[in-house]
Order: sequence, then structure tokens, then C-alpha cells
Amino acid sequence: MNNILLEVSNLRTSFYSHLGEIQAVRGASFQLEKGKVLGIVGESGSGKSVSALSVMGLIQEPGKVKEGSVINFLGRDLTSLSNKAMSKIRGNDISMIFQDPMTSLNPVYSIENQMVEVIQRHQTITKKAAKERAVEMLKLVGIPQPEKRIKNYPHQFSGGMRQRVMIATALSCNPQLLIADEPTTALDVTIQAQILELMKDLKTRISTSIIIITHDLGVIAEICDNIVVMYGGTIMETGTEQDIFYNPQNPYTVGLHQSIPKMNVDEKARLVPIKGSPPDLLHPPIGCPFAGRCPHAMQICLEEQPPTFSISENHTSACWLLHEDAPKVGDYITAEVVSE
Amino acid sequence: MGRYFFRRFLYSLLTIWLIASVTFFMMHAIPGGPFTREKAIPDEILRVIEAKYNLDAPLYEQYFDYLKGLVTFDLGPSFQKVGTSVNDLIVAGFPNTAKVGFFAILAIIVIGVPVGIVSALKQNKPLDYIVMFGATLGVTIPSFVIATVYIYIFAGKLGWVPPFGLRNAVSYIGPMIALSGYSLSFVARLTRSSMLEILRADYIQTARANGLSEYSVIAKHAVKNAVIPVITYLGPTIAAIMTGSFVVERIFAIPGIGRYFVESVTNRDYTTIMAVTVLYATIYVFMVLLVDIAYALVDPRIRFEKEKA
Ligand SMILES: Nc1ncnc2c1ncn2[C@@H]1O[C@H](COP(=O)(O)OP(=O)(O)OP(=O)(O)O)[C@@H](O)[C@H]1O
Ligand code: SF4
Ligand SMILES: [Mg+2]
Repeated sequence: MNNILLEVSNLRTSFYSHLGEIQAVRGASFQLEKGKVLGIVGESGSGKSVSALSVMGLIQEPGKVKEGSVINFLGRDLTSLSNKAMSKIRGNDISMIFQDPMTSLNPVYSIENQMVEVIQRHQTITKKAAKERAVEMLKLVGIPQPEKRIKNYPHQFSGGMRQRVMIATALSCNPQLLIADEPTTALDVTIQAQILELMKDLKTRISTSIIIITHDLGVIAEICDNIVVMYGGTIMETGTEQDIFYNPQNPYTVGLHQSIPKMNVDEKARLVPIKGSPPDLLHPPIGCPFAGRCPHAMQICLEEQPPTFSISENHTSACWLLHEDAPKVGDYITAEVVSE
Repeated sequence: MGRYFFRRFLYSLLTIWLIASVTFFMMHAIPGGPFTREKAIPDEILRVIEAKYNLDAPLYEQYFDYLKGLVTFDLGPSFQKVGTSVNDLIVAGFPNTAKVGFFAILAIIVIGVPVGIVSALKQNKPLDYIVMFGATLGVTIPSFVIATVYIYIFAGKLGWVPPFGLRNAVSYIGPMIALSGYSLSFVARLTRSSMLEILRADYIQTARANGLSEYSVIAKHAVKNAVIPVITYLGPTIAAIMTGSFVVERIFAIPGIGRYFVESVTNRDYTTIMAVTVLYATIYVFMVLLVDIAYALVDPRIRFEKEKA
């Protein structure tokens, strides 16, 4: 299987605050194949951004990617690289765009200045060539009159346009991987749709693999090949888009489904938010992080973290319901344990 | 933009005129005059003196004479220092104040800003604690204490510097420290806190995510944003320093303009008070204008707002 671009194994990232260790990510493992789109979904605070920033090597003090975590990118373990070595990979091999385009561009430099700097950082080309490249990228992401607009400053663009600029910059050095952390959350609904449309379009036109992070399953429904469901710093379920949408094997995923609006269902079918709140990451539960809110929680869920069960080749779920001794509820099946 | 600043320039002139007028009328509204003494001067003598300085003329006439003087840079005779004009006082005093002030301002910017930046980068490390301790001392110890201790140690005990005056290059050090101590410490703290805030900004994370070198992230992307509040603070500070400090000039026996100001107030030396007030106002107003220009240079958002205006 040489098709793997990124393989994250047992990622643990903590922030050492004065209150104690905040265990934001507690042993997350997932992988991404070349050319594919991976969605990471979960409620606020489930550790999605921290996972992405860990891959980028952007965890700042007092945070730390813990010993034993492996982030394998094209055969190299990124956790072993120095910050300087990582900075040559960032923006070049792996790019990232963020949630709030209004604050993600430096207000005191023009778009040209910011884009050219990134391009020249990673490629030995003239300023003129870098600018041409930047204009080309702006055109690609649908900025009208790119030659003229590139002279503008961030405040002269709308939120949606700024996110396009962010995407253009992120893709300007042909990265192998683009991580988009809630790229549409801060935008108006119509603009959200446009940005998603752009990402879908880009997916077919460039070879970059993409990770999209969202708290809204609906957002990534059509664009993702594979989906990772995160909760309380752990991976609850992974699978293809089909698996996650039509054969969810984890009560948390099912809960996420019930909490998103569906176009085709008649209005009387109310949204059901998941009751309760995410676990305290300062004192993470010993058992399943979802146990406090799960409608099917059993005694063992409180006592022991569920192992990962394999449902099919790409479909896994960490839930005791899949254990052979578990009572049969709903559509949950019995599966084999793949890892503790 | 040029038009905007031209308009601002005209407003500045208007402001100076307003301040000059308010000072003039306030001076004359307060009972007593420059020649009021505890031991009363005989009436006829007082009248002769007042006639000499035109103080018996109607107020509006005095006012227009005064304005005319301002415009032609003829600030009239000093009422207290017989035989000297206010022009003489300013010409003699201002260069000394300005020289010391210039070095003090230089120190504030060249030392205060980088120290604040480094301190922010080393947040909660020993260096940061040392710098912040020093800066806290700097804003709490009054300048006369700094000046006195400095003279006691370096002029008295060690004899490295002359105790007063501006005789050679080293003699500038003391006044410079005393004058800049507060503002330098303040600027260091302001830069530090502004820098800490900017370092958490999303676009700094973007800069890092784009793989920019840590040097560029700090020196290019963070610093330019972080100095914006410092610029705001510097405007009035520069004005205040350029018009001299009574205390510092007194302790170091610098023949500057700061002392005339205070002395003239207690002496009711109308012409000097007004001249120094107008001088202060002029420097202040133009520093504010300069701050605005600096703003526009640093921040494109402001530049575009001005263009629209
Ligand atoms: N710099 C930090 N210092 C301390 N704790 C942090 C820091 N960054 C994140 N955390 C903690 O890590 C946990 C996971 O945060 P993360 O940002 O990954 O959540 P998320 O899944 O991206 O949620 P959201 O949808 O809100 O972005 C949160 O509980 C948060 O409080
Ligand atoms: S392990 Fe238990 S608590 Fe966790 S999701 Fe499964 S059933 Fe619910
Ligand atoms: Mg997040």
C-alpha cells in the first residue's frame, strides 16, 4: 500500500496549563491516501484543530505532541523534524487554511506581497515569476480581475473572497496535502456553498489531497471520500462516506446525524442535539469519552476505553456495542477488534 | 491622501490659533498681572510700566498685537527678564532642550521597542521577568530621583560625568536617562503587550502555516502590526519631551526651555507663558499630524479611509 500520503498513529497532544495537562488529542490514528479527500468531523473541542496543527508542526507553547506519536508523511516522521525543517514543508508540501478568513490575512500587507513572499520562500524564482504564479492562482480560485486585485489589501475583499485568497496562497506551491480547518464556518450560508463548490471543483482539477475539518456532517457530505469522526480527543469511527452516512456503527456518529438539518426530510422531524457536554480534557474519562451522553452506555463503557473494531476494510469504530458479548441494539453489528 | 493631509495641516493651524486665543484670554481673565507684588508697587509707577508694555490698551488691541506677533514670530519682550525678548529666551533655550530631547526620544524608540519585542518573545522566561521588573521601576521612579541618584553616583562618587550643564558628549547621558526613563519603560511594556497580542493573531498562524521563516513571521508580520499602538503613544510623548522638563533641566542645570515655562507661570510673565504655550501646542499638534501620517504609512486600512474622506 504505497498509496498512503499521510498516516497518523497514536497521536497524543497535550497543553500544559497551570491547571494541569489538557489532553486535547488522546491517541488518534487515521490515514489519507493520495488524491483523496478526508473529512474530520466532531463537535467543538473534540480535538480536530489540534490534530491538524499537530500534523503541521504548529502546536505552540505550552502545547506538545507527546512522545510515541507518529505522523508519517511520505515515509518521513514529521514529529522528528526540527521547526526549521518543518517550515520548509509547510506551505510547500502541506498547506493549511483556517476558519476565519477575516483575520487570517495580514492587514498591513497587500495580497501580492503576502502571496509572493510564500512562493519565493519555497521556490527559487524571480519576483516577477512569483507574481505571475500568484495571479494564476487567484484566477484558479475565481477572483475576478486578478491582475488588478492582487494589488489590493485584505480589507478590500469580502470574507468569501479572502478565503479564496487563502486557498490560492495555500495551493500556490502545489502542495501534496491541503488541510482546511472549517473553511466555511465563518461565512454566510450562500458564500459557504460557493467555497465548498470551489473546493469540489479544485478536487477534480488539481492533484492535491485534502483534509477538511468540520463540525457539520452536512458540509462534507458530497466532497469526502473518507471520514474520521472525532470526540473527546479520540477517534470514534472512520470509514468511507458511504459507511459513515448509511451504515454508522457508533452511537456518537448516529447522534451527529440526528443533529444536522436534512433538506429532504419534512420539517416536523426535529433536530435532536446530542444532550450533555463534551468530557473534561483535564481529567479525561477512563472509559469511553461518550459514555456520559451515550443512550446505549453500559457498565464497561465507564470502566474501559473501547478498542477499535473493524467492520470492513476501511470502516472502524471504537464502541463496546460491537463486541460479541454486547446486547444487540439498533443496527449495530458485531465486529473484530483491530487494536486496543 | 495628499489632499487629506493638506486639510489636516490647515486644521492644525486652526487648532494652534484656538489654543493661542484661549491662553491669551485666560491669562487676562485671572486677577493680578505680571507686576503684582506682595509689596505693592506705587500706582503711578505701575501705570508707567503698564503703558510701556502696552498693558493699558484695550484687550482686543492687545489680542491683535499678540496674534500679529505670533504670525511674524515676534513674541515680544519678556516682562520679567528686562532687556530680553521672548524670542531670545526661546532661541537660547530651545536648542538645548531639543538636543537632549532628541537623544531621549531616540533612546525611547531604539531601546524601548526592541526590548519590548524581545521580552514578548521570551514571555515568562528570566529575561522577560528582568526586563519587566526594570520597566516597572522605570515607570514608577520619578525622574528627579533618577537624576539625583545619577548625579550622586556618576558625578559625585565616580566623577565620570560633569555634575551639570551640557559641556561634552557624556554630559548628555544623565539628562537623557532621566528624561526617557518613564517613556522608555512605558514603550517597552506597551510593545511587549501589543506584541503578545499580535503573536496570537490568526495571520501569524497563517504566516507560519505558509512556512515562512520565524524571522519573517516576527520581524515582518508581527512587528509592523505591533508598533501601531506605540506610534499613538509616541506622538504626545515626543511633544512633551521636546518642550523640556522643568525638573530635569533644573537638576542638571541645562539652560533649556522647560524651566522658563514654569518660571514664567509663577511670575505671570504673559508673553513668555503664551509663547511657550503656543510652542508646546504647535509641536503637539504637528506631532499628532505626524502620528497620523505614520499610521497611514503603516496601516493600509487607514490610508484608504483617508482617501475616501
Ligand atoms: N492553545 C491551547 N491551550 C490550551 N488548550 C487548548 C489550546 N488549543 C486547544 N486547546 C484545547 O484542546 C481541545 C481541543 O481543541 P480543538 O481546537 O482541537 O477543538 P476543535 O475540535 O477544533 O473544535 P472547534 O470546532 O471548536 O474548532 C479544546 O478543549 C481546547 O480547549
Ligand atoms: S462505547 Fe459505550 S458509551 Fe461509548 S459509544 Fe459505545 S456504547 Fe456508547
Ligand atoms: Mg477547530
